[in-house]
Amino acid sequence: MGNGNELEALLRPPATEMPQYPPKVITLASGEQMVVRQIDREEVPILLEAIAPLIWVERDFYDIVAARFFAELLAFKRYRVRDEYCLVGLIDGVLAGMVNGRMVNKDIGMSYHTLTIRRGLRVGSHLFAAKMEYYLEYLKQKEVLIVAESPIGFRRWMIEYPLQKKYEVQHELGGVPSWVLTRETYFAAKPRLVSGRRPVPPELLKKAEAIILPEEETVKAQVLGQKEVGS
Amino acid sequence: MRGVAIIGCAMTKFGRSDLSLMELMGESSLGALRDADLGDRPVDAVYVANMGAARLNKQTAIASALVDRLNLFPAMAEAVENGPASGASAFKNGFQAVASEMADIVLVTGGERMREVNNLEVTDFVASLSHPEAEYIYGVTLPALAGMFARLYMDRYGVTAEHLAMVAIKNQENALKNPYAHIQQEITMEGILHAPEAVVNNPLIADPLRLYDCCPVSDGAASLVLCPLEMAQQMGKQIVKVTGLGQATDTHAVHERPDPTQLTAVRLAAQKAFAMAGLTPKEIDLAELHDAFTILEIAQSEEAGFFKKGEGHLALEKGITSLSGELPINPSGGLKARGHPVGATGVAQLVELVWQLRGEAGKRQVEGAKNAFACNFGGFGNNVVATVLKRED
Repeated sequence: MGNGNELEALLRPPATEMPQYPPKVITLASGEQMVVRQIDREEVPILLEAIAPLIWVERDFYDIVAARFFAELLAFKRYRVRDEYCLVGLIDGVLAGMVNGRMVNKDIGMSYHTLTIRRGLRVGSHLFAAKMEYYLEYLKQKEVLIVAESPIGFRRWMIEYPLQKKYEVQHELGGVPSWVLTRETYFAAKPRLVSGRRPVPPELLKKAEAIILPEEETVKAQVLGQKEVGS
Repeated sequence: MRGVAIIGCAMTKFGRSDLSLMELMGESSLGALRDADLGDRPVDAVYVANMGAARLNKQTAIASALVDRLNLFPAMAEAVENGPASGASAFKNGFQAVASEMADIVLVTGGERMREVNNLEVTDFVASLSHPEAEYIYGVTLPALAGMFARLYMDRYGVTAEHLAMVAIKNQENALKNPYAHIQQEITMEGILHAPEAVVNNPLIADPLRLYDCCPVSDGAASLVLCPLEMAQQMGKQIVKVTGLGQATDTHAVHERPDPTQLTAVRLAAQKAFAMAGLTPKEIDLAELHDAFTILEIAQSEEAGFFKKGEGHLALEKGITSLSGELPINPSGGLKARGHPVGATGVAQLVELVWQLRGEAGKRQVEGAKNAFACNFGGFGNNVVATVLKRED
């Protein structure tokens, strides 16, 4: 072993050239505009900051989703995972949610997580749909392997699309039997589940350049769906 | 029959709660008893409104359990189950107990913990109020009944998807001013109906009803304390008098009604309540209607006599039913946005009326409110209780 750089090269997985996800804008039920775009490695630390407090929130399995998402993004930043990507949803630049996954090979995608910060506006549904759009329309994959870690996820993905069982394949998230989204299922579901417009108007894109984090207390309140009586 | 006043009220925040059903009902009951400030006067009777504790929470005899929890021995106690109208039915029982001099002080508490089970099970639970042989066995759910009702209403009276959305937008806006409301989210016509993304934001639930046309599934409890009018006057309280109460029933199966768009039980219950109060609908300053689905607010606003049949949506369109309109409807956010823990709803409607009449409704206060009306709608309109309350100056 010659030097540290050579060792590091051995530790890193090979990387596949992946086309960028073109940003899009979605009008939410509130009338707010959410820009969905892909992040760079350099933006991972700010997302880690947003995720960290949620690791201790048990409701709706936020704890396990946050802990795993944190580790997956850290691995992305430190080059310890192969062909990962992350999309974020931003409303006026403020982080509303995020999704991630990776390519297993040129045909198969491995969906990881969907984490919603701004709840009650179907932000998670929109972001999950964007993730599937990326796999099937931009990465041109044949199928995506998916599992849900919460009943909400099960309703959103397995039932709404609907996904098919592919139990013979263990998913990377804990070896849980996989479900699969095929191209046929995706394009059948697309009209009712995948939305958004391109190109994003320059002023909205500009606002979405930097990721602004909501206050930690606001995040927890939104995630827990609680507003103090008297506030 | 002696006069009856409401001297105490409280509710928990509606939504998704980590508290048990008994904890929720205990919290609202204690709040109402504190508000009533009874001193050493004993509570003579407790009426508990609930629809699903036996099925959803595996608990029965909840009135006795509440008395025990609150140490209100030896108060008379019983639970009242009348579907989604359980709340106002329990209130009616409380009113009768005081008015008949059987009891002096009565606690009425409605509570439901629905989020204990998943959404499929809770939809099935609510559907169990439909006709077992004519509706339920064919898979009818409440959203399905409301969807068919809405379609017929739209065809016959010109109600549009925009009108339904207006109800949702109005009530969610009102709920933003109500810290006890389940849904705390502004929505816009663009976001839920007109934008290309609206198909995802606001998916069809039961055509033509979409997600935002339906009330949420909520946990929560609400309580009222009643006493003779004379006692309330002696206590020096701001008095809210129960001036009208009416109840009526209709066919169990909706299709057996001569005209399914006619909510006869609403009309009859309201007429009885107004007759007892000696008022007409024109003298009402605000109303809480049972908008489990947006179409029901429009239909009930007509059947209760506020607007002519087929013109409720026009009043809505003109802003008459908005918070600043001539007749604010559902200033609390209604079932649509305050939430709908079924057994608690009828009591929560009256809690809102009491707050409004006492001038304690905060940012959603209807200025100068003196007479207020509530409609608690059981089944799909087969058992309805209407109430009129009045501020006594």
